[in-house]
Parts: sequence; C-alpha cells; structure tokens
Amino acid sequence: MNKNNFQKRHRAEKRFKAYGLFSLLAAATMLAIIIGSMAYKAVPAFNNYTLNLEIDMSNLSPLDKVEDINYRGLIRDSLFTIFPEIQDRSKKRKLSKLISSSSGYSLRDFIIENPSYINKKFYFNVLFTDDSDLFYKGYVDTSLPENERRIDNDEVLWLENLYSLGRVQNKISSNLFLNGDSREPETAGFFGATIGSLITIFVTLILSFPIGVFTAIYLENFAVKNRITDFIEVNINNLAAVPSIIFGLLGLAVFINFFGMPRSIPLVGGLVLSLMTLPTIIITTRSALQSVPPSIREAALAMGASEMQVVFQHLLPAALPGIFTGTIIGLARAFGESAPLLLIGMVAFIVDIPGSINDPATALPVQIYIWADSPERAFVAKTSAATLILIGLLIIINLVAVILRKRYEVKW
Amino acid sequence: MILSLGIIAFGIARGKAKAQLENNEPLRSMPVYHGLYVSLWTILPSIFLVILFLIFNKSIFDFLITPFISASTISLGLDEVIYAKNFLISNISNLNNLTNSEFLSNEMALSLYDRYTQGRLIAFGSFIILSITFLSVTLNKLSVRFDARRKVESIFKFIFFLFSTMAVLTTIGIILSLIFETIRFFSQVGFFDFIFGTHWSPQTAIREDQVGSSGSFGAIPLFTGTLLITAVAMSIAAPLGLYSAIFLSQYAKPKTRDWLKPILEILAGIPTVVYGFFAALTVGPFVRSCGEYFGLTVATESALAAGAVMGVMIIPYVSSLSDDVMSAVPVSLRDGSLALGATKSETVKKVIFPAALPGIVSALLLAVSRAIGETMIVVMAAGLAANLTINPLSAVTTVTVQIVTLLVGDQEFDSAKTLAAFALGLMLFAITLILNIFAMIVVRRYRERYE
Repeated sequence: MNKNNFQKRHRAEKRFKAYGLFSLLAAATMLAIIIGSMAYKAVPAFNNYTLNLEIDMSNLSPLDKVEDINYRGLIRDSLFTIFPEIQDRSKKRKLSKLISSSSGYSLRDFIIENPSYINKKFYFNVLFTDDSDLFYKGYVDTSLPENERRIDNDEVLWLENLYSLGRVQNKISSNLFLNGDSREPETAGFFGATIGSLITIFVTLILSFPIGVFTAIYLENFAVKNRITDFIEVNINNLAAVPSIIFGLLGLAVFINFFGMPRSIPLVGGLVLSLMTLPTIIITTRSALQSVPPSIREAALAMGASEMQVVFQHLLPAALPGIFTGTIIGLARAFGESAPLLLIGMVAFIVDIPGSINDPATALPVQIYIWADSPERAFVAKTSAATLILIGLLIIINLVAVILRKRYEVKW
Repeated sequence: MILSLGIIAFGIARGKAKAQLENNEPLRSMPVYHGLYVSLWTILPSIFLVILFLIFNKSIFDFLITPFISASTISLGLDEVIYAKNFLISNISNLNNLTNSEFLSNEMALSLYDRYTQGRLIAFGSFIILSITFLSVTLNKLSVRFDARRKVESIFKFIFFLFSTMAVLTTIGIILSLIFETIRFFSQVGFFDFIFGTHWSPQTAIREDQVGSSGSFGAIPLFTGTLLITAVAMSIAAPLGLYSAIFLSQYAKPKTRDWLKPILEILAGIPTVVYGFFAALTVGPFVRSCGEYFGLTVATESALAAGAVMGVMIIPYVSSLSDDVMSAVPVSLRDGSLALGATKSETVKKVIFPAALPGIVSALLLAVSRAIGETMIVVMAAGLAANLTINPLSAVTTVTVQIVTLLVGDQEFDSAKTLAAFALGLMLFAITLILNIFAMIVVRRYRERYE
C-alpha cells in the first residue's frame, strides 16, 4: 500500500462525508426557501388600506327601515363629494368601483349595532377593493402600459389624490382572521375554514382515539395468535401505507353514496380522516404498550389482578404519554390532509362559519387549495398567509407532542 | 338519554351490591362490577339499535315518504321527485314547513307529520322498553355468588375485538366499493381499451352531435405520467435521503444530530397542499424561466417542477426508513470493518450498504408507493391534459389528478366519467398494495436474518 493510495482513500472519505452534509443542507435550504417564500408573499395579506369617508345620514326620510337604507349609495355620494369635478357617469361608476363592494354591508351592520348614528354626520372607514389595495402596497407597476395593469391612469390619479388628502389609513386586516371565505379577496378570511378543520378533527379524535387504543390493547394483550389476528395485523400495517385519496374514494362510495349522508359536512370528513388516522394510532399505541416492561405486568398478575385490571390499572397509565404523542401526531397529519376531503365535497365555496358537524364546511388545507386556484392576485397573499398559519399550527401541535413526551416519558 | 339510563342502572346495581356487602355477605365481585354489568347490558342493546337505525336511516325515510310523493307528484319529472324527497326528509320534523310546501296538500302534510311523530314515538318507546327489560333481567341475575367481574371483562373483550375488526372492515369497504364501481365502469368501457388505450379524454358527449367528446378512457398516458413524475421525485429523494441518513447515523456528532434531525421532521410534517402551492407558485415558473434561459420550451406545469417538489417531500421518508434499516445492521460487522483499517466511507459502502440492501430497496419501494399515491402536489402543479411522453419538461397528468378532477364537483353517479375515477382508484390501490406488501415481506425477512 503506497502513500498515494492512502491519500486517495482519505479524499474519498472526505468527499463522501461532504455529500452527506450537502444533502442535509439541501433539505434544510429547501425548507428555508419554502417557509421564506411563503412569509415573503404573505406580507400584503396582513394589512388593509381603508378609506375614511364622511357619511351624511342627516337627510334620510324617517320612513326608511334601518335594513332598507341605501348604504352603498351613501358611501358613493360621500366619495363623489371628494371629487366634485367628476360628472361623467361612466367615470363616476369607475370611481365607486375603487371601494370594496362589501362596504355597504359593513356600514349597514355598523348602523344596526349603533342606531344612534342615524340622522348624524360621522366618519366611517371602508375597505378598498383588492386592486386598489395592492396599488397602495406598491404591487402595481405604474410604468407598465395602461392596458397591462389592473389600475388605469384615472384610478391612479384618484387613489393618489385620496392618499394626499390624508383619507387613507393602513390597518391590520382583521378580515383575514375573522371572516369566512368570500369572492372578494379583501373580505375573505380563513376563520370559517379553521373552525371547519377543528370540528372535523374533533370528530376524528372522538372516533379514532377510543377505537385505536382499544384495538391496540386487544391485539397486544388479549388476542390469541391465530390467523384472524394475523390478518388484522397485516391489514393495519397495509392501511397505514394506503394513499389518502383512496380513503376519499371510500368515503364517497360508502358514506355519501351508500348511506346517503350529505356532502361537504365535517361529520363525513371526520369519519374519513379517522379511518385514515386509525392505523397510526394503533401502531403507536402498540409500541407504547410494548415499551412497558413485562415485570410490571407480571407483578400485577402475581398480586391477583385480572388481565383487564392489569391493562387498565397498570399498563395503560404507564403507556399513556406515548399514546397521547402518537395520537397527536396522527391528528396533526389529519389536520394537514386535504385530498380525501376534496372527494367528499368539502371543497365547496362556503361563506358561513360552520357551527355543528352537520353544517357545510371546508377545512384549512382545502381553503388553501381553493384560494390557490383563484385568479385574483390578492389571493396569492391570502393563500400564503393561510399556509403560514397552517404550518405554524402544525409546528405548535407537534411541539406539544414532543414536550408531552419529554415531560411524562417514563424511562424504565 | 341512553347514557343516563345506563348511569341509573349502574347506581341501582352498585347500591344493591353495596347493601349486601354491608350486611356482611361475602360478594364474589366488587360492587363496581355489579354496577358495570347491569349498565352495560342496559346500554349496549340500545346502542346497537341506534347504529342499525342510523345505517337504515335512508330506507326508513324512503319508506315513510314514498307513498306521499307518488300520490302527489305523478306529474313531476324524476329530478323534481328527488328534490321533493330531499325537501321532505329535511323538513319532516317541522309541521309548518310541511304544510307550506308545494309538494303536499294540507291534510297530506298533517298525516305525514302524524306518521313521523308516531314512528318516532314507537322508536323511542322500543328503546326504553328494550333498556328496561335488559335492566330488570340482569338485575335479577345479580347475587352474592355472581361473578360480575368476569362477565364484565368478557363483554369488554368482545367490544375490543369488534373495534379491532374496524381495520379489516375498512379494507373490505375500500376493496368492495372500488371493485363494485369498477365493474360498472367496465360494463360501459372495454377492459382492454382502459388498460392498453393510449388516449385519455374523459369528456363524454352531452349531446349526440357534439364534436371531440367521444370519451375515450385509455389509461396508458396517466400511468406513464405518474411514473415520469415518480421517477423525477425518486431521482431527487433517493440520493439526498440516503446520504442524509448516512451522515446522520455515521458522521454527525450527537449535538449536530439533535439540530439536524428536526429539520427533516418539519419537512415531513409540512402538509402536501403547502408543497403543492409552493410548486405551482414558485418552482413551476422558476423551472420555466430557467428552461427559457437555455432556449428550451418548458411548460409551466412541467413534470420536472411537480416531481422535484415531490422529491423534497419524500426526502425525510427515505432517510428515516433507511436510517432504521442501517442501524439494524449488527454493530459487529461495522466494528470488524473499521478494525481492519477501512475508512468510515468504505465501511458504509462495502459493508453496511450491501448488508442493508434489501431493507434499503424496500424503503425505496415504500417511497415510490407514496409518490404514486401523492395527490395534492400533482393536482396543483401538474397538468390536466394527458400527454403520452417521457419528456420531463412537458406537462403530464397523473392517476391521482384525474381521480380528483373527475370527482370534484357535482356528478351523477352512473356516468362512465365518475366510474372511471373508481377504476383508476382500484388500479392505484392495487399497485400501492403490491409495493407495500412486497416491501413489508422484504423487510421482515431482512430483520429475521440479523436477529
């Protein structure tokens, strides 16, 4: 063996180690790029520009009911008083389109809550449309030719005028966190979808936790080794690796088509996701039960406890931290899952915030999918923001699992 | 309701047992078990009945409503009958809505409502009677000598067994529902047209004279598309995942390991919809502009972009599985190699890797099965048109994409279009099943060899 060869081998060693480090760093970089790009693109979603308008309700006819007042007209009139020089009808229409079409409703809601403002003059903040909003945020390139951008020269002039009048305010967007879905990006929020997700996951937890844990107990402690239990075990291991979309097909064929349950409801979503989570919970519960040393079990049996008493009074309490961790991880996966939910119709456009397991709902990951498909530019920011929230929630859930494990894990 | 009955039963039985205990009668089982025994027998039959009722909910309502529908809506079309049925089912408990509805006359609405309330009363009454019968029968069985504990335990054991069959039921449900719909599909489309056809355009003609919507279901382009994207994904995930696993298990110091491992875990925990959004929004356009820079025409929804992102998604999967199999190689092999003067990399390449090869192959197979079944990334970032090509720069579609596009939205359940999705699902299930079982067998054999 000569020296040359030795050096060659050591260079190969260094190269090999560098490949390993490189691939890990590549994975880390990808993670950073994904989260970074989401965070960067999400920035415009967190604030909204609003226009402070003087609403004049002093000359309403007293016969009008509160619900029937033309609120949109009031807002429009107030906007026109700022630009008295605009008389052309089509230009007036264009001007009023700078304001979100939701503003009439928000003014109505405000007046219904505060009826004392009727017959008064007061200032009220209304939302801009998504395009005007993006203009203020600097996402409209005014150097482009007029027909290539969403905001034309007139509108640029008006928006700049409004800004210089000091009428424009920049506020944190509460819509994003408190609203349901909407066709208008400026009022769309992911609160409805988040609630839908939580209800679905609740159903999943209620169903999959007891069934999963009891199945694991049965297989681990009571089942006699025979063909049936072998078959059950193979089934569980295989179900854990079945693509999630197959569970969606199952839900569609069995729950919706055969049992006639309605589409789009969290109950069916929860059923499908619990079938999907079940194998994970069973497998982790079994390994948690296995990690309890046999001496505990034998001691309890020797003291005259029955099999059932051994399980419920000794094995289960000792294995509980592991079981909880496994359940949380399984539920976290179900929380981020969307493919099966698409097939059972939880992909509908739903404005209302769901209140029960039978209300039509969508889930947070599905909301991301819906928004990602929308053509409006402002939805890109909304989608990224929802993505960040989803990742954040999942990291928190997983952290809870890790902390739980670290804190209560018994080392035998 | 049932539960409160159960609690009452529990209280009565335990009270009885406790009283016996206080009279110094030696009970064979603890009072709790007496209580549990009676209350289980009170609750379970009713719960069983409720489950039956839920399963046959639809047919019960059908039975209840059909005579009224057929009497009042003979003139209506089929769709309207279905609509009327659904309306009546959802409003059956509300007399006001029933009388105001256009489908029923007033007296018919009244009689329907009467029948509904009667039916409810009968159902409710039967629950109560059933519960109370079981309660009294089991309460009578209790005595000092009665071994309630053993009885309770065997009931529990039976319940556990029922739960453990859930997994089997799920599998049976999957297979039956897929096969059932697939048979219906093949009654409309030839089997060989589906398996060997090279043209996929599932739009069936709505009108007879429509152009270009013959509806052809050749699945070959879908499978080549799936394989293409899977190949791209694996060519990224396999080396990066393997090298990560090797670095983590052989080279990294415990402290670096503690820092680097969570990165892979976070990567594994990111929902696939996020990867899909990232692929569609960032990677797709990036690949396209890179290609244009080199003078290539690249589709925005190229197989390369979707495959690359999918590869990143699978890295943690490959690395954790291969980490497991490599650490199962006996330490003595590794130590022997190092003692003979081999470097670490030589040990890995010439000793550990060959020894762990079956395990690594099965890890890769599991990763492939996951890539084939992955849905959201390809739905969001791959194309919809079925192209028969192996050029990763063009847009291809996959099996999962087609399942989703065929089934999202309202579909009637007997068109070849929706049934095709189930046929694709069955193929997907079969392929992943074979891959999984094969991988499981290989891993099991491999483990046994070193144990």
